[in-house]
Amino acid sequence: MSHSSPASSEITFVQHHDDGTFKKTVRKVTIILSVVTIIELLCGLAIFKLGHGSHVAVLMIKGLVTILSLAKAFYITSYFMHLGDEIRNFIMTIIVPLLLFVWFIAAFLIDGNSWRTMKNTEAGSKPAPTEQVEKGVAPGAEK
Amino acid sequence: MSSAAIPAGTKWWSGGKSPFNLSYGKMMMWYFLMSDAFTFGAFLIAYGTTRFSANYWPDPNHVFDSAPFIHGGAPLVFVSIMTFILIVSSVTMVLAVHEGHNMNRKGVEKYMLWTILGGLAFLGCQAWEWTHLLTGENAVLVNGEIVEMATTVKVNPWGDVVPGMMHNGHQVTTPGPVAFGGFFFGITGFHGFHVLSGVVINIIMYIKTRLGHFDQRGHYEMIEKAGLYWHFVDLVWVFVFLCFYLI
Repeated sequence: MSHSSPASSEITFVQHHDDGTFKKTVRKVTIILSVVTIIELLCGLAIFKLGHGSHVAVLMIKGLVTILSLAKAFYITSYFMHLGDEIRNFIMTIIVPLLLFVWFIAAFLIDGNSWRTMKNTEAGSKPAPTEQVEKGVAPGAEK
Repeated sequence: MSSAAIPAGTKWWSGGKSPFNLSYGKMMMWYFLMSDAFTFGAFLIAYGTTRFSANYWPDPNHVFDSAPFIHGGAPLVFVSIMTFILIVSSVTMVLAVHEGHNMNRKGVEKYMLWTILGGLAFLGCQAWEWTHLLTGENAVLVNGEIVEMATTVKVNPWGDVVPGMMHNGHQVTTPGPVAFGGFFFGITGFHGFHVLSGVVINIIMYIKTRLGHFDQRGHYEMIEKAGLYWHFVDLVWVFVFLCFYLI
């Protein structure tokens, strides 16, 4: 079977996977993605059964689901999008800027948490305990 | 991995070749997708900030507990179908790209059609879910009166239950946090718009394949670029699924 030529004369080499290796890799990654998704769904079911309080078990399951999602993201980009086949210099220009997300997520979630703490003080907009249900206002709903 | 295939002593920055071993178009597709990741990230982080700042937030297992022919009590069922549809359409896209490497036009056509079908199936599921939320009426207590409320960007019925109050056999609730509908419809809508544009791009690629444009060029790189976009849509769904349905 003929292979395609490089899309541009500026490309030094083209990564070709033979059909056997390719099929094996795709099968492996598909199975990994499906199994991880099923585990995530089981975690979601566990959260449902445990109730939605913020107790430690639920928080830990949520952390686990987040890590599993990051694993799925790795398999999709590395194998399906073939980022793993690119040269290292290029991979770094994609991965390093994404590290900004570490600050981005941490800073804004901490900010949201601090906002809630301030709202719940007497100086904030803390509703009186009996007021909520009588007026039909959800606790924490914006006024 | 690639490192073994790099010709020994290659000087990437000596000129006359791409220092990233990529065509301009494919490299720019990657950088576009990175910027798109920050757009989605900003939306999801805004949602996270609002959620962290609220004392109460609706339970996704309660909001998304229906599927066609199942009226409530089935959390995660419908969204898992949507997730698997996207995974499968990602796999068929990988297969289309591989057939392109082998210059097998019939193979590319076949797998592009399956990918397009997967995208349309996902959009159909999303249309059902939006319709279900926008038209589903729930009893809500507002200013001491019971009103029927759907999930929109302005109001939603997903507040706490009012203890001991029933209406037509259903628990009466208070109105939910106003931001819930806006974030849900905004972010899933933005993702759905990406799926829609991905389907349109894939249809164009299918037509160009059929017309033999890529055989004339001697390569199927356009299928690879469309594939990158399509996988990115799947990648974003991993996080939309995580943030809205699982946690």
